[in-house]
Amino acid sequence: MLKLVHVFYVLGALFAGAAILNLRDRRWALAGVWTLIAVPMLLGDAMLAAAQAGTRWPLQAMGLGVIALGVLAQLARARPPDDDRARAAARQATVARLGNRLFIPALAIPLLTFALVKGAPYLRLGGSALIDLAVPTQIALIAFGTACLVALIVALRLTRTPPFHALGESRRLIDTIGWALILPMTLAALGSVFDKAGVGAAIADLVSAVIPTDSRFACLLVYALGLVVLTAILGNAFAAFPILMSGIGLPLLIARHGAHPAALGALGMLTGYCGTLLTPMAANFNIVPSRLLELRDPYAVIRVQWPTALVMIAANIALLSLFAFG
Amino acid sequence: MISYWPLIGVAVVIAGFAIRLNPVLVVVVAGLTSGLSAGIAPGDLLALLGKAFVDSRTLMLIAMPLPVVGVLERAGLREHATAWILGFARLTLARLLIAYLALRQLLSMFGLIHVAGHAQTVRPLLAPMSEATATRMLGPLDDETRDRVRALAAATDNVGVFFGEDVFVAFGAVLLIQRFYDAKGIHLSPTEIAWWALPTAIAAFVIHAARIAVFQLRLERRFARARRERTDG
Repeated sequence: MLKLVHVFYVLGALFAGAAILNLRDRRWALAGVWTLIAVPMLLGDAMLAAAQAGTRWPLQAMGLGVIALGVLAQLARARPPDDDRARAAARQATVARLGNRLFIPALAIPLLTFALVKGAPYLRLGGSALIDLAVPTQIALIAFGTACLVALIVALRLTRTPPFHALGESRRLIDTIGWALILPMTLAALGSVFDKAGVGAAIADLVSAVIPTDSRFACLLVYALGLVVLTAILGNAFAAFPILMSGIGLPLLIARHGAHPAALGALGMLTGYCGTLLTPMAANFNIVPSRLLELRDPYAVIRVQWPTALVMIAANIALLSLFAFG
Repeated sequence: MISYWPLIGVAVVIAGFAIRLNPVLVVVVAGLTSGLSAGIAPGDLLALLGKAFVDSRTLMLIAMPLPVVGVLERAGLREHATAWILGFARLTLARLLIAYLALRQLLSMFGLIHVAGHAQTVRPLLAPMSEATATRMLGPLDDETRDRVRALAAATDNVGVFFGEDVFVAFGAVLLIQRFYDAKGIHLSPTEIAWWALPTAIAAFVIHAARIAVFQLRLERRFARARRERTDG
């Protein structure tokens, strides 16, 4: 049975491989970064199990690892892009030979993910389900991981690339993304510290101290803009939503002014998403792609998308005031 | 009485980004300041950091398509994507990106979030296609324009996935809202909540499509002006 942890093992092997290749090139800081990512991928479940059983030091060591990542990220130098022209002739030859067949592995990822998600309840292997169905939210992730691996096998056969080169090519891309790749997980760790430390509650408290509670529209405005700002700070609308909802949504908008809960919740969450478009804290969406596309400015994606976000905020506030009290 | 001390962490984040320290370092320092100022014991703070880090491993799935993409790029996928898209003689940058936006929104409305993304579709396919189409329309792109075209491709993917999510199939956000209300004694079905995402989805499509069109119009004007100046001079 395929479980999410198997996908993590593949990722662990990938990062361990990238670490070894960097070690060989004496790029110590990057080698350290990828090692520290490989550890939770390979040993994460064991660490969590140990903590459950009362042994906390593995997770504390991982915590030290997170601190070390901060230092290593500052030290790691970006890898200069490879000389493209050197392999241009070889690439032209494969393109001429394969033509549109080159698209097959790339399209295999979405098509297989789709087929595996939809087929998951029916696919069986040796008496048990092929894909672990225990946690519904994980099915799509397991399907995606499996699809990527199958697509890799197809790509290797199609292009007649020796499997070892796949590691070198992955390492090239991983190094290109560099520190941006570890930012999302580090931010998730920050989010949980903020949560534990009560940052959200402190902000909600500050906000509700200044809000004119009698005005329906003022409450709505603070709720919507609060979601944008808190999402931008925490990097995640899912973290901001419960804070603003308990602080303003439930007591003021629903209980006092009679807002419609379904519209208030759904449109509020989407207003929070506008905050995601504005912030470097949502690294997976805003910082990783600018490294992945080799842009010179790490904030280039935010720079092109902020006008869309601002207009969307206005549109959502308009929709909220139209529907929430309808 | 609520303590405001943990807000120092937020200040550290803003200051750190403002002076352009490495974001990972900023985030780590902010976490430590916020945790310690809230009175969390150092041992607990380390365990908390470690646990949250391990718990968020799924975020790294973004790296899963990199081996395929790497192998295909080595075989010339980006060059082929460029040549292929240039076969569509009437395609413009705006048409390409708006079509992608519509497709991405529709797919994610049905819960198909992972079928596209920055690693698996934007870098190997959409970005080179956008660049090629823009180059055919305008002539060779300068570095600044090339970066902005690529960034717009990434932004289009973000807008598509964010504002398509959760309309027809109740996924993460809708379930979170439902569970939140459930715990507070307000009982709603996921579909009741999900439908309210439709007006925003339509608004997002219209707004971002209009922005793409304006982006293209401005590029065309700028390049036309530059050409005139060259011929006049």
